[in-house]
Amino acid sequence: MEKFLRVESVGMKFETKKGDFVALTGIDLTIRKGEFVSLIGHSGCGKSTLLNLVAGLLRPTEGAMLLAEREIAGPGPDRGVVFQNHSLLPWLTCFENIHLAVERVFGAGESKAQLNERVSRALDLVHLTPAAQKYPHEISGGMKQRVGIARALSMEPKMLLLDEPFGALDALTRAHLQDELVKIVAAAGSTVLMVTHDVDEAVLLSDRVVMMTNGPAATIGEVLEVGLPRPRNRLALANDARYMACRRSVLEFLYQKQLKEAA
Amino acid sequence: MSAIPLRKDALFPTPVLVHSSPAHPAAPVIEERARKAAAKAPATGTGYRRVRAPEWLVSALAMALGIAACVAVWEMVSKFNASIPNPAVVGKAAIAIFSDPFYRKGPNDQGIGWNVLMSLQRVGIGFGLAALVGIPLGFAVGRFRFLSDMAAPIIAILKPVSPLAWLPIGLLVFKAANPAAIYVIFVCSLWPMIVNTAVGVRQIPQDYLNVARVLNLSEWKVFTKILFPAVLPYMITGVRLSVGVAWLVIVAAEMLTGGVGIGFWVWDEWNNLKVEHIIIAIITIGVVGLALEYVMVMLAKRFSYN
Ligand SMILES: Nc1ncnc2c1ncn2[C@@H]1O[C@H](COP(=O)(O)OP(=O)(O)OP(=O)(O)O)[C@@H](O)[C@H]1O
Ligand SMILES: [Mg+2]
Repeated sequence: MEKFLRVESVGMKFETKKGDFVALTGIDLTIRKGEFVSLIGHSGCGKSTLLNLVAGLLRPTEGAMLLAEREIAGPGPDRGVVFQNHSLLPWLTCFENIHLAVERVFGAGESKAQLNERVSRALDLVHLTPAAQKYPHEISGGMKQRVGIARALSMEPKMLLLDEPFGALDALTRAHLQDELVKIVAAAGSTVLMVTHDVDEAVLLSDRVVMMTNGPAATIGEVLEVGLPRPRNRLALANDARYMACRRSVLEFLYQKQLKEAA
Repeated sequence: MSAIPLRKDALFPTPVLVHSSPAHPAAPVIEERARKAAAKAPATGTGYRRVRAPEWLVSALAMALGIAACVAVWEMVSKFNASIPNPAVVGKAAIAIFSDPFYRKGPNDQGIGWNVLMSLQRVGIGFGLAALVGIPLGFAVGRFRFLSDMAAPIIAILKPVSPLAWLPIGLLVFKAANPAAIYVIFVCSLWPMIVNTAVGVRQIPQDYLNVARVLNLSEWKVFTKILFPAVLPYMITGVRLSVGVAWLVIVAAEMLTGGVGIGFWVWDEWNNLKVEHIIIAIITIGVVGLALEYVMVMLAKRFSYN
């Protein structure tokens, strides 16, 4: 049981015009290699902040963060990030957006044709081959998010950091991409940290669900071991007792233990 | 509630309202027009649908009408003031001038084509130099807080200075008219270029920079794939403003320095008291300025990503 990511008593304080704002405090979290962990909590509690800390986009104001026994000093292509707002570059086509990432990771060792092949495969995975030559402003919000997912996956990162990757998708596409994600992750053995609002998504995809308390000064409230065997079938699980129990305990945390503070 | 009055409005067009207020001074005119239109209607209408003029035709007509009105006012003015030549005289002179725009009779007597080209050349050189200096400077000022603070007071003080105030210094340093004029263009083009490029760099959304950081892109890639394309629309705005100002300034600068150029030509014709040529020059300057603006807008359209 290798500890891949270690977050140790991490706190995050933002300096704002109205004084310091403590977003996170006392966060302790370890993630094993190949584990799938979801972060769930009410809006504004600091999920994106924690994800950005792991991504290296923010530096913690307290505590330490280690990835594969190395201090996280900054962002790097070993952690593929799907941003909450997809963050595609508007002057590049979908193809070029992904190509930028692929070229960075594999450009040194592979031919142009191989790189293009990788981009095409990534686009195909999210069913966007027909939109390859379109610009981000020419496609829908859900499609943009899929390009963002394809970009992160195309880098074949050791760790995937997903910030509500399926947020803007319709139920069908969402289910399809969730299944794809599980397959890809299983095949590549990637470690995943995913932020979500969706209780079913968290339980269905994760090995563990990390539940965060409300901010300010949010921290980890409870951690749920899902413990359902893989591969999981969403239809079969609908009536599964263990699945229902997991779902229930996350819902209880969110809507009983944390609701009053949110109001 | 609002739907019903709206439909009423649509059902009863304006002539009905005019009838209800016969005191309106314009009412007889409109009534007459309405009657004429009614008389015409059977001839044009086929009974099935109303034929409407396409929008471009309407706006073209409006433009022609505007120009005609302007010429009419001009005609009136020239009637009351003998020193202003009337449109017909100016038109004749214009035909003479534009039938041979590229003649050369000595250094001070050249065709209008040469004069315009000389002015454009000065603008081009001064402006090109300003772009070479201003755009990199704008990037630096936008990217580094310290440089921005350093540049702020200088730009704030020098920006509102009329470019012509720099002319004596130019003459002093270069001891010749042509480089002094170019130098004035350089100075007046520089500020919009620096300021707009810097603003462009500062407004780059953090999200795009985050992409660069997550991918760990090289500095070169960050510049070519993120900084440059993000700033380009702002840069083009700067270029557009600069060219506009430069074209305004070159006429004035040339009036002061002499040589060959459209501004000098205006001054020369004033000394010869050929007012019709001055009017031709004014219109020419306007048309060339419009063309420059048009080229810039096209450029901006080509490089905007939204
Ligand atoms: N750069 C910043 N400066 C100041 N405060 C910030 C900054 N970034 C985030 N915050 C604050 O930290 C808190 C957590 O923000 P965060 O974006 O992590 O929330 P979240 O859980 O991802 O919410 P959502 O589910 O709506 O995306 C919020 O109160 C936010 O206002
Ligand atoms: Mg968030």
